[in-house]
Amino acid sequence: MNRDKTIISEDNVYRNTVMRRFLKHKLAVASTIFLAIILLCALLAPVLSPYSPDKVVGGFSDPPSVKHLLGTDQVGRDVLSRMLYAVRISLLVGFASTAVSTVVGVVLGLVSGFFGGILDMVIMRFTDMVMSFPYILLVLVSAAIFRPGLLNIILILGFVDWPGIARLVRGNVLSIREMTFIQGDRVAGMPKRYILFSEILPNTVAPILVYATSVIAISMLDEAALSFLGMGIQPPQSSLGNMLNGAQSISILTSKPWLWVPPGLMIILLVVSINFIGDALRDAFDPSGN
Amino acid sequence: MQKERQPLAEIKGLKKYYPVRDGIIPHTVGFIHAVNGVDFELYPGETLGLVGESGCGKSTIGRQLAALETPTEGSIVYEGQPFTERSAAGMRQIRTQIQMVFQDPYTSLNPKKRIFDTLSYPMLYHGVSTRQNINKEVDRLLDMVGLPKNSKGRYPHEFSGGQRQRIGIARALSLNPRLIVCDEPVSALDVSIQAQILNLLRDLQRELKLTYLFIGHGLDAVKYISDRIAVMYLGKIVELADARELFENPVHPYTQALCSAAPIPDPEARDRKRVILQGELPSNKDMPSGCHFHSRCPYAVEECKRSEPALIPVRPGSGHLAACPVLAQGRWPKEDANA
Amino acid sequence: MLKYIIKRILVAIPVLIGITIIDFLIMTMVGSPLELLQGPRVSQAAIETKRIALGLNKPVYVQYWIWLTNLLQGNMGYSMKSFQPVSQMIKTYIGPTLLLMSVSLFVSMLIAVPAGIYSAVHKYTPQDYTVVTLSFLGSSVPGFFLALVLIYIFTVRLGWLPSSGMYTLGAQKGALDVVRHMIMPVIVLATSMAGTNIRYIRSAMLEILRKDYLRTARAKGIGRFLVINKHALRNALIPVITVLGMHIPILFGGAIIIEQVFSWPGLGMMTMSAIISRDYPVIMGVCLMSAIVVLVANLLTDVIYALVDPTITY
Repeated sequence: MNRDKTIISEDNVYRNTVMRRFLKHKLAVASTIFLAIILLCALLAPVLSPYSPDKVVGGFSDPPSVKHLLGTDQVGRDVLSRMLYAVRISLLVGFASTAVSTVVGVVLGLVSGFFGGILDMVIMRFTDMVMSFPYILLVLVSAAIFRPGLLNIILILGFVDWPGIARLVRGNVLSIREMTFIQGDRVAGMPKRYILFSEILPNTVAPILVYATSVIAISMLDEAALSFLGMGIQPPQSSLGNMLNGAQSISILTSKPWLWVPPGLMIILLVVSINFIGDALRDAFDPSGN
Repeated sequence: MQKERQPLAEIKGLKKYYPVRDGIIPHTVGFIHAVNGVDFELYPGETLGLVGESGCGKSTIGRQLAALETPTEGSIVYEGQPFTERSAAGMRQIRTQIQMVFQDPYTSLNPKKRIFDTLSYPMLYHGVSTRQNINKEVDRLLDMVGLPKNSKGRYPHEFSGGQRQRIGIARALSLNPRLIVCDEPVSALDVSIQAQILNLLRDLQRELKLTYLFIGHGLDAVKYISDRIAVMYLGKIVELADARELFENPVHPYTQALCSAAPIPDPEARDRKRVILQGELPSNKDMPSGCHFHSRCPYAVEECKRSEPALIPVRPGSGHLAACPVLAQGRWPKEDANA
Repeated sequence: MLKYIIKRILVAIPVLIGITIIDFLIMTMVGSPLELLQGPRVSQAAIETKRIALGLNKPVYVQYWIWLTNLLQGNMGYSMKSFQPVSQMIKTYIGPTLLLMSVSLFVSMLIAVPAGIYSAVHKYTPQDYTVVTLSFLGSSVPGFFLALVLIYIFTVRLGWLPSSGMYTLGAQKGALDVVRHMIMPVIVLATSMAGTNIRYIRSAMLEILRKDYLRTARAKGIGRFLVINKHALRNALIPVITVLGMHIPILFGGAIIIEQVFSWPGLGMMTMSAIISRDYPVIMGVCLMSAIVVLVANLLTDVIYALVDPTITY
C-alpha cells in the first residue's frame, strides 16, 4: 500500500468504487434489471393481469392459448394472472421476513457484542439453542402451531432465521469495538448510543446487507416449500409455492405442465438473480476479494 | 524545571494488574503486572516523554490518564482532584480536558464518516461549539493542523498516513484540551513524515499551552519533543530526568543500554562504550524479585535480588531520579562494576 | 487439547438443557393432549381422571422434571395417533434417513471438492465463472421443484426410475432396488448442497493458494499438480470439515421435504405426517433428537478441527 501518496479527488471515491465493482458483474447487473422488471410487474399486478386472479374465467385446465397465455388452472382461473399476484406474495414474504429477522438479529448482535459479559453469554447460548434445531423443522412446527397465513408465515420465517445475522453482527461489533476510533470516542466521553449507532452500526451495514440478500433468497425458497406442502400461503390467495402444490397429483404433473412449470421457473429465476446480486455486493464491498 | 508551579496532573502509586483467566471453568490463575507502582507529576506546558520496550506498561499509563481504564491501585489526580473523587460533571471536565492521539492513524478514524462528522459530533455533544459556528470551528481546526478546508467533506481513506494523523490531532484538539496523551503518535509513520508531525505537535503546544504525555519506544522522537523523560522497565520507572541530562548522564544501567543502542549519526562518536543487554525481557506475569532489572543487569550484585529500589534523587536535591539498589547505597552503578 | 474438548462439552451442556426446556415449553404451549379426547361422548369427569393420570394438574416445572427423567430413561412419550412409543418410531424410521443423508452428503462432496478446487485454481477464467454460476443455480433451485422435474423426466417420460418409496412393492428386497429408488432423492439433495459447498471450498482454496508457503513451494520448482495436491489439499481439509458440520442441520431439514415428495420411508416422512396430524409428542421427539444430533455434530466438528489444524492452540 502506498501510505503517503495523497489520494484526493473531487468526488466520493468509496461509493464510486463499490458501484464500479458491482457493475463489473454482468450477471448481477442483468439480475438487477430482471428483478426490477418483475418487481414493477408485481406492483402493477392489478393493472397488468388480464383477469382477476380469483375469478373463474375459462374452462377447467385449458392449455395455453391467445386468450389465456399460460392456460387456466383446475377450477378455470387464469394462470398468468394468478402468477402475477403470486410473485407479489413471494417477494413480499421474502423481503418482509428478512426485514424481521434482520432487525431481531442486528439488535441481539449489537447488544451481545457491545455490552458483553453475562448478557452476551445468555444471548449467544440462546442463539446456539435456536441454531441447533434444524431450520425447516422449526418453521414447519411453528406453521403447524400457528395458523398458516401471510402474516404468520412472514413472522415465523423472520423469527426463526435471525441467529445467523446475530452472530455476524456480534463478530463485527467485537472487532470494531477494539478499533482506536472507538477508544477516541470513549476518551472524549461520547455517549454509548452515539458509539453504538453512529460509529459501530454504519461499519456493519455492508456485511449485513450482503447476508440479508442471501436470507431473502432463502426465505423465498422456504415460503415456496411451505406453501407447496400446504402449510404456507392458503388458497385462494396464490403464491408461487402453492401453485406448484397441484403438481403433486400425477395427472397434473404428466399432462398439464403449464400449471407447474412457469411458477417453478419463476422461483428459480427470482432466487438466482437475488443470489447473483448478493454475490456481486460481497465483491463490491470487500476489496480484498479481488 | 517548573517545580515551583502546581502540577496539572499527578500519578500516585499507580498499579494496573490484568487477571489471567484459564482452566476448564475459567478462573483467575494469575495477574499480568502491567504497571507496578508508578509516580510522577505533569506540569503545565511541559512534555514528559515515557520510553521503554513494548510491554513495559507505558501505554497502560497513558490509557489510565485518559480515563480509558481504571487503576487497580493508586490514584490519578487532575488539578488537585483525584479521578475517583470526581462527580459526573467532574469527569465530564476530564473528558474534554484530557485527550489522546493514537498510534495507528489507519484505525483511529471511522472509515465510514466524513472528516467533518468525526470532528463535529464531539464538539456539539460537549457544547464546545454550536450548530451555527460548527463549520467555522472545523475549518479552524483543520487549518491548525495544516490541512486544507476542503478536507472536511472527504473520507479517511482519501488521506495518507501523515494526513490522517493530522486529523487525529485535530480531533484531540477539538474539545480544547489542556493535556494530550500522545500514544506513540509517530511510530507508524515514515521517518520523513515523523518530523513533520513532531513539529506540528511542538508548534501546537506553544500556541495552545498544551501539556503532553508523550509515549514512545524510539528514543529519537521522545528526545526531540520532551522536556523531561521517564524510562520504564517492567511496569516501573527506573530513571526520570530532564531530557538533556538523561542523555548526557544516564545513571541507570537500563537507560545506558537504551542510549547506547540508539544509532548516532556522528561517525566520531562511534567508538563509544556500548552497554549490551544479556538475556530476554522477563515475563510480566512472574516478576523477578528485588530490582526487576537484576536478571539482565551487567552490574548486578547480590543485593539487587533482594531489595526493590525506590526512585531517589541521584544527587541530593537533584531533579534527576533513578531506581537502582546500588545507587541506593550511595554509589554509582558504573563505579561499582569497575571496582 | 483435552482441556479444550472438556471445555466445549461443558459449554454444550447448558445449551442442551436449554434445548430440552424450549422443546418442552413448545409442547405444553401448543395445547394439552386432552383436547383431542374432548367430544360429546366424553364426560368431564373422565377428562379430569385422565388429567390427573397424565400429571397435567401439577405445576409446569414438575411436569418438566417428570418429562426430563422419563427422557433420560429413553422414554420420549407416546404417539397420539398410533400410541407407539416415540423412541421406537424414531428407531424404525431413522435408518433410511441416515442412508439417504450420508449418500447425499458424500455425492455432494464428490462434486463440490473437485469443482471447488478446479474453480479456485483457474480463478477468473471462463471455466471458473461457469462453475460458480452453476453452483448458484444449484443452490437456487427449490428441491421440491427439481424433484418434480426429475420425476417428470425419469418416471413419467422415460419410465426408468421409480418415483416413490424405498422398495418396489412385491419385488424381492435387494440392494439394487434400493439404489434405483435412491437416485432421484440423492440428486435433489446433493444438488442444493453441492451448490453452496462449491463456493465455500473455492473461497477457502483461494485463501490457501494466496499463502506464502505455497509460493515458496512453487518457487522450489515443485510441480503445479504436486503443489496443489500435497501442500494445499491438506489444508483444504479444514473447510471441508466445516462444510460437513454445517450441513447436518440443513440435511435434516431438507430431508423432510424431499422424503415427503418421494415417499421415502424415513424420519422426514414420519415427521411430516406427525405435523399434519398434529401428533406433538412425535414432532417434539424428532425436534429434540435432531437438535441433540446437531449439537453433537458441532462438537465433533470443533474437535476434529482442532486435531487437523496444528496452528490452533488452546
